[in-house]
Amino acid sequence: MTGVLLELARTFALLSLVSIGGINALLPEIHRQIVEVHGWMTDQAFASAFAIANASPGPNIIFVSLIGWQVAGLPGLLVSTLAILIPSSTLAYFAGRALTRWSHHPAVAVLRDALIPVALGLMLASGVSMMRTVDRDVVTVLISLATAAFVYTTRRNPLWALAGGAIVNVVALHVF
Amino acid sequence: MQHDPSVSPRRNIGKAELFFGFLKIGLLSFGGIAPWARHIIVEEKGWLTDREFAELLGVGQVLPGPNVMNASILIGDRNQGLIGVVLCLLGQLVMPLIIVVALAVFYDRVASVPEVNAALIGAAAASAGLVLGTALKMVRNIRPTLLPLGIGAAGFAAIGLLRWPLVPVVLVLVPLAIAGTWLGRRK
Repeated sequence: MTGVLLELARTFALLSLVSIGGINALLPEIHRQIVEVHGWMTDQAFASAFAIANASPGPNIIFVSLIGWQVAGLPGLLVSTLAILIPSSTLAYFAGRALTRWSHHPAVAVLRDALIPVALGLMLASGVSMMRTVDRDVVTVLISLATAAFVYTTRRNPLWALAGGAIVNVVALHVF
Repeated sequence: MQHDPSVSPRRNIGKAELFFGFLKIGLLSFGGIAPWARHIIVEEKGWLTDREFAELLGVGQVLPGPNVMNASILIGDRNQGLIGVVLCLLGQLVMPLIIVVALAVFYDRVASVPEVNAALIGAAAASAGLVLGTALKMVRNIRPTLLPLGIGAAGFAAIGLLRWPLVPVVLVLVPLAIAGTWLGRRK
């Protein structure tokens, strides 16, 4: 048991340091480590864990927490979560301090201005990528577009749109 | 100094406020945490403007780790130091961890019900629209000039349309964005 926990910690702590954009870019490597190298999960279990993590709220690293849970229960969940969390968070903590400390330096102002459009462009791209993955028929495309319009035009809680999307799709299941 | 209600006041956000703010973000953030973080931080609590939020998200994007989580570390530290960081992280993780384990336990029983499946797909489709609509709203509120608009469009095209992998795109786009912004300022 301790051996498995140490191995989980080592695997995810190393991945944490290269996890730009969270763990999505690392999926092939995580799959290789968990399914092929260690044989902790089957392909099938890995795929459904990914689906479950995507259906849950929260940052995408909770997929790693769920792997820990499936492999070694609660201790596995805690160890995996901390391992994927601590290295990148420590880096972000010190990077944030450095940015605050040098906030009046012209280079930092350039850096911040330059990163704004990068963040916006990637967020827009992630919306489109999600639509491509999820939207399989006219109804789901309409749900996505209607939600985008709802969020763009109102300040209301987006939960209404999510609930609406779920209900519309269930109704569509019975109508078509 | 006279208080101007149109400018978000620069007071420190309290510890409990940080924790419960991020607890709410964690609980609600189905289908992507960034739009929910923006909704609560910018629209509901007024902790940051759209521009400040996008700045932190941009910094969070180029560092390893999820972008919103990195941004939340900066928010926690600026308001309450290391304790603030821990509170923001705990807040956004507690509910998702409980929910993901609960879903895993019930998954096999529930996933085969067609209505449940349709509801999940419908909510996921709405989540995709939520991310899209939030990004467009931020662009509208920030009103970028031509140069940042071009940088953002390049990033969008590379990932959203051409489906190139994220990490190399970030590694190429960020230096270009910095060089472009720097040259633009010298004029």
